[in-house]
Amino acid sequence: MTEQHRATPPTTPPTLDALVASWREWMLRRDAVRTADVDELESHLRDRVEALSAAGLDDDEAFLIAVKRLGSVDDLSREYAAEHSGRLWKQLVLDDTVGGFGDGFGSGDERAADASGPPLPFHRRAGGLAIALLLAIGAGLAIKLVELATDNPTTVMRNAAVIVLPFLAIWFAWRRRAPWQALAAVGGAFLVAGLALNLFPFPGSTASGYEVAGETSATAIIALLGSYVGLWIATGVVGAGGDWRSETARMDFIRFSGEWLVYYVLLALVGVALSGLTVGVFSSIQVDVSQFVGQWVLPLGAAGAVVIAAWLVGAKQRVIENIAPVLTKVFTPLFTIMLVALVVAAGMQWNLVDGGRELLIAFDFVLLVVVALLVYSISARDPLRPAGWFERLQLVMLVAALIVDVIVLVAMVARTGEFGWSANKTASLGLNLILLVNLAYAAWLQLGFVRGRVRFGQLERWQTGYLPVYLAWAAILVLAFPPVFDFQ
Amino acid sequence: MRIGKDLVAAAATPVVLGILADGESYGYAILQRISELSGGELAWSDGMLYPLLHRLERLGHVESEWRQAPGGRPRKHYRLSRQGEGVLADQRAQWNVVASVLDQVWPGGPDDRRPRLALGMG
Repeated sequence: MTEQHRATPPTTPPTLDALVASWREWMLRRDAVRTADVDELESHLRDRVEALSAAGLDDDEAFLIAVKRLGSVDDLSREYAAEHSGRLWKQLVLDDTVGGFGDGFGSGDERAADASGPPLPFHRRAGGLAIALLLAIGAGLAIKLVELATDNPTTVMRNAAVIVLPFLAIWFAWRRRAPWQALAAVGGAFLVAGLALNLFPFPGSTASGYEVAGETSATAIIALLGSYVGLWIATGVVGAGGDWRSETARMDFIRFSGEWLVYYVLLALVGVALSGLTVGVFSSIQVDVSQFVGQWVLPLGAAGAVVIAAWLVGAKQRVIENIAPVLTKVFTPLFTIMLVALVVAAGMQWNLVDGGRELLIAFDFVLLVVVALLVYSISARDPLRPAGWFERLQLVMLVAALIVDVIVLVAMVARTGEFGWSANKTASLGLNLILLVNLAYAAWLQLGFVRGRVRFGQLERWQTGYLPVYLAWAAILVLAFPPVFDFQ
Repeated sequence: MRIGKDLVAAAATPVVLGILADGESYGYAILQRISELSGGELAWSDGMLYPLLHRLERLGHVESEWRQAPGGRPRKHYRLSRQGEGVLADQRAQWNVVASVLDQVWPGGPDDRRPRLALGMG
């Protein structure tokens, strides 16, 4: 019999190890079954195979019988689920095995929860929580030091990105060794942004009459927002290990940003609630801690949460479903209805044109939301699945957004003659055009995808390829706008 | 003759605990022992033993430990805990009651059965 096998090499049966490996993979897809369980079942399987082989069967025959005797995978995983129902609720386990190393944005190495590897050094445990905490404290103290040194909240707000994001960059650099060129380039970006924000002679007060974050100069506000966005993307270069050309690294960065935002908002909500509770409890015993909370806890917490949220994204990555794509799924239909209603209303009233100067900014936000909804659904989509109702819905959303935006743009550009090109208007018009170009081509691709003529990868590549455009615009906002518009 | 599903389920715990009372063992050996003792008639899917063992462990009736088998493969060994001994004794008392009731209600009565049993044993 063995000689027959040798005579027909193409049909050589796979080795027992290969069979067991594919069986293991199959078993591990079940949520209720853990690695340790499969280890135990494998030990059983091999015992059974050995006994059957000893009785004269081939390994592969013995394997088939042994697997059959084990029982159907469905029944088995149902039994495991009944016994370990907690496993169906994925938990964030802070042992040494989750949130491993290798990737800046988190995807941990897949060390099994029960694998008995050598113990990790302390600073690597729990996905590097100790380091994350140190960096978070560092970020908080840095903010506080600048505030104490300058005694000017406006300066702190203006430099927030320059002060806090380096700590996030250090976190990324520690998680994933980036080449020194990338680190130098990102460091340079921080330096240039910091110099620009602080050396440009922004006036203390102007006649514009409005104020954001203590800033009264429009170009200062624009530069501040630009520095947040631009330095965030620059930090992403470190997180990508300097591999900023790679599409997958860019997509990971987009995913990371969405998850990070969700976590940051959650941390902020709970932080504010707990601070309020603390102040309330202390005031009930006639101790006023609101000063302390306001001056120390909130700024330190707000800065530290930047790093902690990044740590959380990495630590829970394999544990919980990504939430940003879930939110996308929920809100895409609702937002589409809103946009279609807006198109109808605009067509009937034709008075969008009379909107105030905030109209363009409002529409920047509308387009930003549309881009976010589109990008985050792309980020979580199985590339091989053909287009379905959701993709058609997205197409409707894109087309509606484009129609409304074109109406607004035509109206605003026609009226710039009356108002002239203020910094504010130019910045929002630029962003609007950038997003419009993105969405127009995205809609074109989406149409092709729905009709089955465009592969999904092209949609993805268009969005990841667009990231540098945002970075460039942010850089222009920080570096070029203030001098061009006389720092007004 | 195959034993019905419900009866297997009811018997599984005392049988497993009883086998572990003889000394620690591991899944495959436990199944072999059951099959040996029942002449292959008390049987279920091999895999089902493990969730049962995990439940007994969670309840504290057995304790487990990973150990290296002679062949070098790791194996999870189970042994009866102090509490498990108590549970086994309790189960045994319960089954004795059931067995004695059944003995008395079988058609033909107990007298019909005893001689045959004695014959078999002799």
